[in-house]
Amino acid sequence: MSESFSNTDGRVIVDRLIAVIRENKVYLSEIDGKIGDGDHGINMDKGFQLCASRLEEGMSMSEALRVLGRTLLLEIGGSMGPLYGQFFKAMAAASKEAERVDAAVVQSMLEAGYAAIRELGEAKPGDKTLVDTLAPAAAALAAAVNRGAFLTEALDAMVESAEAGWKSTEDLVAKVGRSSRLGERSRGVLDAGATSCYLMLKAMAENMKELAA
Amino acid sequence: MQRIINDPDLVVNEMVEGFLTAHSDVVVPTDNPRVVKYKHAPIAGKVGIVTGGGSGHKPAFVGYVGKNLVDAVAVGEVFSSPTAKAFYDAIRAADSGKGVAVLYGNYAGDVMNVKMAAEEAAEDGITVRTVLANDDVPSAAKDQLSKRRGVAGEVLMWKAGGAKAALGGSLEEVVAAAQKAIDHTRSVGIGLTPCTIPAVGKPNFQIEPGKMEVGIGHHGEPGIRVEDLQPADRMAEMCLEIVLPDLPFGKGDEVVVLVSGLGATPVMEQYIFYRRIEQVLRDKGISVHRPYVGNYFTSLEMMGITLTVMKLDDELKQLVDLECYSMGLRQAAE
Repeated sequence: MSESFSNTDGRVIVDRLIAVIRENKVYLSEIDGKIGDGDHGINMDKGFQLCASRLEEGMSMSEALRVLGRTLLLEIGGSMGPLYGQFFKAMAAASKEAERVDAAVVQSMLEAGYAAIRELGEAKPGDKTLVDTLAPAAAALAAAVNRGAFLTEALDAMVESAEAGWKSTEDLVAKVGRSSRLGERSRGVLDAGATSCYLMLKAMAENMKELAA
Repeated sequence: MQRIINDPDLVVNEMVEGFLTAHSDVVVPTDNPRVVKYKHAPIAGKVGIVTGGGSGHKPAFVGYVGKNLVDAVAVGEVFSSPTAKAFYDAIRAADSGKGVAVLYGNYAGDVMNVKMAAEEAAEDGITVRTVLANDDVPSAAKDQLSKRRGVAGEVLMWKAGGAKAALGGSLEEVVAAAQKAIDHTRSVGIGLTPCTIPAVGKPNFQIEPGKMEVGIGHHGEPGIRVEDLQPADRMAEMCLEIVLPDLPFGKGDEVVVLVSGLGATPVMEQYIFYRRIEQVLRDKGISVHRPYVGNYFTSLEMMGITLTVMKLDDELKQLVDLECYSMGLRQAAE
């Protein structure tokens, strides 16, 4: 039987995402400050803390992800509010029918999340945005599922590609978003959105593996 | 941080509260604490005008809510786009059934949030059209106009769009007038010091003493070059050298000139700068129909200045000259 966990038990994944953003609030703002306006960690933390205050006992993973998505979308603003808002809402919608969450469900969640971001923004891989983390992560996850990998192996492949994609942003020149106005001067610095995306995918993967164990 | 604030996380809330009580002759609160509207909005039979953006640019954006100008504004965190919900609520607050024109600046976050707000409003049966300001010349090359950001030229776009709506223009006509206004407008800024977002607590970029950044953005986005600080006259000439060839402006043109401080610039120095702008334009056979000099669109406590020039035709002249009343812009009837 393939590895999986119960959607009903999965709210802790959102709790963990909230904690990861809190732990990295200063770090994310520092990265953002090098080529942006230095508030990425502050805005993200504000949204995730608001979400924390709205989560209720007994919520499933999908329900909690929907609360997170709606909170970011409606109340955070900036670019990250709508992007991550739609991302988490799409992940919630893609998983809400699933009682058990296995590798295939996670793959459909990540694909739906990536599709929502493509719908909203114009960023492509190589533009120095969170897409540089997300696109290879989604591709690696899909490849792993297609070759029959179970949850742990598929998530490990996802995180490995997410990390490589995130680190690749250091040597990229920003093409979209505010830092794109810097041109060559944006090279040599990690992208803040790619960083938060990596940190969240990594935390989500670790938590899912624990739940499935 | 040498600042006059309380809790850095509450600066926007407290600013809006203060603004609403100070300017209760023009603006009123709405159910959404991040939406401020003109006290008479929505005005029956008139196209609604909405804008919005991050905070820290006073008088933009709330300062342009008023008579013959903007009907409702969405207020964001410092230097951060308002939420989609705030734009949506602003659209609803401005709509009288004649449709709403959202006239705003070209920034990724604002574009996404306005797009979602417009979709929501369309579901309610409200017709929404948008115009994106992209007057900042140094922010992208001339063949990439759609990548340029909106800066102080937005004030002239609101002036033209607001006036067209007040004169009874249809949504199509209002949008066309606002689009023409921004298409005829070019801007550039020079920064001398950085600025600090209160919640961040330190400047996120530096300008060395004795240097200046030519082409700086409204959030401290680096400009096109850093060079030694120059006298005011030379700064004015450099700004014109960037702005004039881009449209281009030429002999015989009538223009509006808008000079704005970036927050920490003495108004005295803005007039010293304007003096040279007017001299050079006159030498080139370009006449200033209407100058605006003051703090019209700022960037927290940045020391620096922006130049905006708009080429007039008969319609734009009529729109710019129409009387208006807001905190940031007051013109008596001619």
